[in-house]
Amino acid sequence: MRAYKPKDDVQKKSYYTDRYWVAPMVPKSKVEDDAVFAADLEAIKAKFEVSDAYIQVEQMVVYIKAEDNLGVLKLMKEELGYTQLSEMSAIDWIAKQGQFEIFYQMLSMGKRKRIRVKFFIDQKQAIESVNPLFRSADWAEREMFDMFGVIVNNHPYMKRILMPDDWEGHPLLKTYPLQGDEFAAWYEVDRIYGKEARDIIGPEIRESARVDRYDTERFSRLGFEVPMGAEPKAKDAEETPLAYQEEGGVFMIDKFEDDKTEIISDRKR
Amino acid sequence: MAQHQVNYSQDNGLPVALTTIDKVVNWGRSNSLWALTYGLACCGIEMMASGASRYDFDRYGTIFRSSPRQSELMIVAGTLTKKHAEFIKRLYDQMAEPRWVISMGSCANTGGMFNTYATVQGVDRVIPVDLYLPGCAPRPETLQYAVMMLQKKIRKEKAGNAQRPKRLL
Repeated sequence: MRAYKPKDDVQKKSYYTDRYWVAPMVPKSKVEDDAVFAADLEAIKAKFEVSDAYIQVEQMVVYIKAEDNLGVLKLMKEELGYTQLSEMSAIDWIAKQGQFEIFYQMLSMGKRKRIRVKFFIDQKQAIESVNPLFRSADWAEREMFDMFGVIVNNHPYMKRILMPDDWEGHPLLKTYPLQGDEFAAWYEVDRIYGKEARDIIGPEIRESARVDRYDTERFSRLGFEVPMGAEPKAKDAEETPLAYQEEGGVFMIDKFEDDKTEIISDRKR
Repeated sequence: MAQHQVNYSQDNGLPVALTTIDKVVNWGRSNSLWALTYGLACCGIEMMASGASRYDFDRYGTIFRSSPRQSELMIVAGTLTKKHAEFIKRLYDQMAEPRWVISMGSCANTGGMFNTYATVQGVDRVIPVDLYLPGCAPRPETLQYAVMMLQKKIRKEKAGNAQRPKRLL
């Protein structure tokens, strides 16, 4: 567990933080410190190559080779009792080292321990599916493919899960722009009306805080409303009161009159 | 034989009202706005609250329907994703004319806080919108006000077929 820090003096802290401040890394400890993990690591090392292993936040992290992923998980599930795959996905390290890091978060309910199995793959390198061992990998691997473009071999239904099937690009890549690329910006227009409608509908307005009181096609000033497209009212114009109905009244409906209403202060009256 | 004698010449007793076709038709249309249930996100909760007993949309004749073929008002309540955009267009096309659209909440109006690759930046990029309701999320009273404003708008329209169907393109 992380050390508890009192938060009652949080207002006294300066808002200024150093731009080049690097978060301290969670300390790592040796696998030998934990007998259960040490035995598990020995069992994995007996059959597979392990490049690195350590304990971080009471969980063991094991680095293996990419080809061994199915074998290691099978060993862990059938012999070491890690019967659940709680989570799996990829991490984008392309800018740093041109690689993806794949992780599998394993849980043993009997031992009450968690192990994270990790390995690096190159871009465009496919990995083997662990779906035959864990059904939870089905959607997780599809999501990994959808978000990072990591292809998984022998998956029963390798298809995008969140984005539309005809989407281009993989949104969780660090290189993917948050507001979308050219394809994403025109997706709904291209899909529904076709590319020729782009000129008519126009580009997306990304500035959602934009207000222009002279543009009465798009904006209306509360209390000073004019019909759509009409000239805006002068600055010193009189405020129009809220009106639920037209002045002349409505056919077969009683007119709501403000001065005949009463605001009840006592709800139990 | 009538049990009670009715004096048609007194107390507005005549069972006759003189008006125009436009007014009668628009009175009917504006007071039976059946709304297509279109809760996409948290605004949908406010929309449901408006329909429930406390705020009671039925008073306005606004009854939620789950079929576009039975409804003439679409309340787009929530974030429209790009994946869903084609379906909202399809459902809008299935509604019988005349039809109206209320864009409810910031997300439906402009994309709101979801300034991302996956959100349509305003439903008016896909379907024509009659009324934009600001708020995040608008309270049920605000949605009631929006419906009353829409009723006001409908009362101004012509009843006949001369009304131009609304198309984005």
